[in-house]
Amino acid sequence: MNEQLPALVVIIPLLFSFLIFLIGFIEKRTPYFLLLISSALTSIFSWKLLIRVIKVGPLSYHMGGWEPPWGIEYRVDHFNGIVAFAVSFVAFLVILSFKERVEREVDPPRWSQLYALFFAQLCGLLGITVTGDVFNLYVLLEIASFSAYSMVAIGKRGAEFSALRYLIFGTIGACCYLLGVGHLYILTGSLNMVDMVNLLKNITDSSALRVGLCLLVIGIGVKMAFFPLHTWLPDAYSYAPSTVSAFLAPLGTKVAGYVLLRILFWIFKPSFPSEKLLLEILGWMAFTGAFFFSFMAIVQRELRRAFCYLLLSEISFLGMGVASGTLDGLRGTILHLINDVFMMGCLFTSLCAFIHQFEKEELRYLEGLGILSPWVSLGFLMGGLSVIGIPPLCGFFSKWYLILGTIQGKKWHLLVGILVSSLINTILIFKVLEKIYLKHPHLESLKKLPFTFLVSLVIFSISLFVLGGLASTIVKKVIDPWIYTLGGF
Amino acid sequence: MYELLRHYNYWLYALILAVGLYGMMSKNNLMKKLMAMSIFQWAIIYYFISIGAKKGGNIPIFPEHGIEKLTIRAHDYVNPLPHVLMLTAIVVGVATTGIALALLIKIWHNWNTLEEDEILERMRNE
Repeated sequence: MNEQLPALVVIIPLLFSFLIFLIGFIEKRTPYFLLLISSALTSIFSWKLLIRVIKVGPLSYHMGGWEPPWGIEYRVDHFNGIVAFAVSFVAFLVILSFKERVEREVDPPRWSQLYALFFAQLCGLLGITVTGDVFNLYVLLEIASFSAYSMVAIGKRGAEFSALRYLIFGTIGACCYLLGVGHLYILTGSLNMVDMVNLLKNITDSSALRVGLCLLVIGIGVKMAFFPLHTWLPDAYSYAPSTVSAFLAPLGTKVAGYVLLRILFWIFKPSFPSEKLLLEILGWMAFTGAFFFSFMAIVQRELRRAFCYLLLSEISFLGMGVASGTLDGLRGTILHLINDVFMMGCLFTSLCAFIHQFEKEELRYLEGLGILSPWVSLGFLMGGLSVIGIPPLCGFFSKWYLILGTIQGKKWHLLVGILVSSLINTILIFKVLEKIYLKHPHLESLKKLPFTFLVSLVIFSISLFVLGGLASTIVKKVIDPWIYTLGGF
Repeated sequence: MYELLRHYNYWLYALILAVGLYGMMSKNNLMKKLMAMSIFQWAIIYYFISIGAKKGGNIPIFPEHGIEKLTIRAHDYVNPLPHVLMLTAIVVGVATTGIALALLIKIWHNWNTLEEDEILERMRNE
């Protein structure tokens, strides 16, 4: 059983995705329970996987029994172990919360189809995380993207148009990634990541390799919605059904961020000649992006759109951490990636709950919700404070490491970027909190909130505290062992 | 000059790629954008297939019997791996086109046009 874990976390969502789709033709109610149970199962397995990796070190699974350089290898080390756990656990929490919301938002015949798409998405994301083969990663990237396009298109009028734009952008991104893989394949003759790392040691510099690296970064940058390549995200996530944006926003971009780190620091080493320049450029782009997105977040009137920009500015923080190129910067980036999955999960789930209660998208309807809907407001408060970086919550620790990293690397523009952009994000969060807690209610009464939202928000809030408390343990047990395998730090 | 022309396959692929990218950026009609996207994808498939090809290369299938007696030299055979990868990429491309066409039908039902600027303007007015 334990040897099969890396494959199981991908296979379970894949199989259940088809099963849920088929059962949906016969029965309308069972698909949701299947979804819930199997996503719980996936997160239990990924937790066991993480514990096992911490105990015995990296695990390797040979698909179909083929030896690694020839067959597809699923390889789990400390970094992707914890990312896989964060992704599957947050997916479980979101799925736990949204049953009634899906049933109100989508027509009955579409329920099971939407559920099947959620699982195809989860399968793609977990697959990207655990795979050790660059081409397999491309295929799983496309599985995740296809389900995202279709899910976005289910939304309100206009969603299909933003889904098409998303599709065109996403395809360009995936094609750039594939071209980059082609360059690496021509130079090394291998598609396996571990094998590639060994083979690349002999190639110190070549223009084809540099172009390949740039293409990989651009491709992943589109999926990650990095600064100039972000234009698809706010439209796609704010026209999508609210449950879909609650599911996609915390997970999709973070997994792409994981791939970026894996490419920049694991397959290519920071000592690779042109990577220094690339990191410098990434740093400036993230710096510009952080300002741009934070300002855009403040001026939005729509609830979800504002938080989409907040999400984008959090992604820019990851970019700035990567660009600092120091030990603490890298620690902070990885920690922030994991924390961000939970923070965004908390925020977007509470937004979903708010929207469920008053069915409006504008920010002004939030006024007075602190009295009308105290529990959801509390969940939102926790997520918001964590994004700002208030100490016992997890957001503080990752930002602390990011700031230390930029100071160590003497990248002063990045330091300014992180501090000022967090400050502007604080304005957004406090603007919303002011509306929630200090204004008089706009609406007389709200629709009843399903119990499941509260359960999921409570677990989210607790996990924000737990992650904050465990921050140093995570760094010591999970992040540092991975960074030491990189060498060069 | 010979150096440049020797790798004509790369020039061709870059040209097709540029045509696709230009079409996606400049065309206003969504259907044309979609066609350009397909051209873009096919350029990459062409690139992968061309890197596996060899002059005078044979199909990479060994006879069922007597393989012990054969001396197998790698440069006598076409490299099958890029071709196999592209089988997957073609499937991915077909799926992308399928989803995109479904979205186009939905856009046509909702807005009664496929011109991007018209849709954008009407979305802004709503």
